[in-house]
Amino acid sequence: MNTAVPAQTQAADRREYALRLGDNALILGQRLSEWCGHGPFLEEDIALTNLSLDLIGQAQLLLDLAASQVPDDPFSDADKLAYLRDAHQFRNALLVEQPNGDFAHTILRQYLMDVHDEKLYSALASSQWPALADIARKVLKEIRYHKQHSGDWLHRLGQGTEESHARLQKALDDLWFYTPELFESDALNQRLQEAGVAPDMADIERQWRSEVEPAIQQAGLRLPESGWRATGGKKGHHSEHLGYILAEMQFLQRAYPGCEW
Amino acid sequence: MADMPLWEVFIRNQNGLHHKHVGSLHAADEKMALQNARDVYTRRKEGVSIWVVESCHIHASDPQDKAAWFEPADDKIYRHPTFYDLPDEVKNI
Repeated sequence: MNTAVPAQTQAADRREYALRLGDNALILGQRLSEWCGHGPFLEEDIALTNLSLDLIGQAQLLLDLAASQVPDDPFSDADKLAYLRDAHQFRNALLVEQPNGDFAHTILRQYLMDVHDEKLYSALASSQWPALADIARKVLKEIRYHKQHSGDWLHRLGQGTEESHARLQKALDDLWFYTPELFESDALNQRLQEAGVAPDMADIERQWRSEVEPAIQQAGLRLPESGWRATGGKKGHHSEHLGYILAEMQFLQRAYPGCEW
Repeated sequence: MADMPLWEVFIRNQNGLHHKHVGSLHAADEKMALQNARDVYTRRKEGVSIWVVESCHIHASDPQDKAAWFEPADDKIYRHPTFYDLPDEVKNI
């Protein structure tokens, strides 16, 4: 790993930013893994768990990066960050911890995140933080495939049967208000943007909208009216769902600390 | 699965010169068939190119014709090019 760090950035800021990225990948990957053995048919079962493994691999890179920023960090590697933190220490967006619901909910959540990830990591590929730029270039290849897969399903379900259309519209109505949080910019974003490490999230949101909104229309869906919007993930304020995810994900390391298999 | 016909999958590996049949899968259309083939059959770096063909488009010889079609070749060894010296430069034959 390239250990050079950008000038004018604090180790704690870099750690926090890598945690946000890594936790999004980890929790979405964990959610998708719940489909293992439950996919709508064998081929899609394998496809969803492939996506899950890609995301968990991304999380490992990003969380290792986070763990290596602050000297004597008690969470000294990706495994400790994944298995030993409590819910309030997770920095993922609320969208990724939402339950899988039916296949339409899973596909819609995936598509919304895939486009977000593609735009974000395309920008991060030219980050002034070399280690992060290296990771971004690697994960982009995976994300581009994820987006093809979820984007094709979005269209197929939206233009499919009356039932698939109704289920996808329901998913959109349920999940749309979790998307503004993905583009929230706080003081940390501002500092890293000034240092050339992270992009302007308003710009990422414009790119995201210009791709997602036409795709939703072409799938025959209508965007929900604006209203309530979810927020809090970056501050560690999570929905009740995250606790259940962690209980399952962390059980083994909590019950048998340091266990390897 | 009624709406999802069977497809045959052919993969060309890294050093392969031609696509080889590797198996079959279900998919609703050719895009889904290619993606499913990628997800099911190339997880362990098996390939760099995929073909899919809807199984109904494959016409097969009749197994009952096996003797009539294939056994007459058994006693015609002179059709094998084993009686020629091959120049070293010829790699793929």
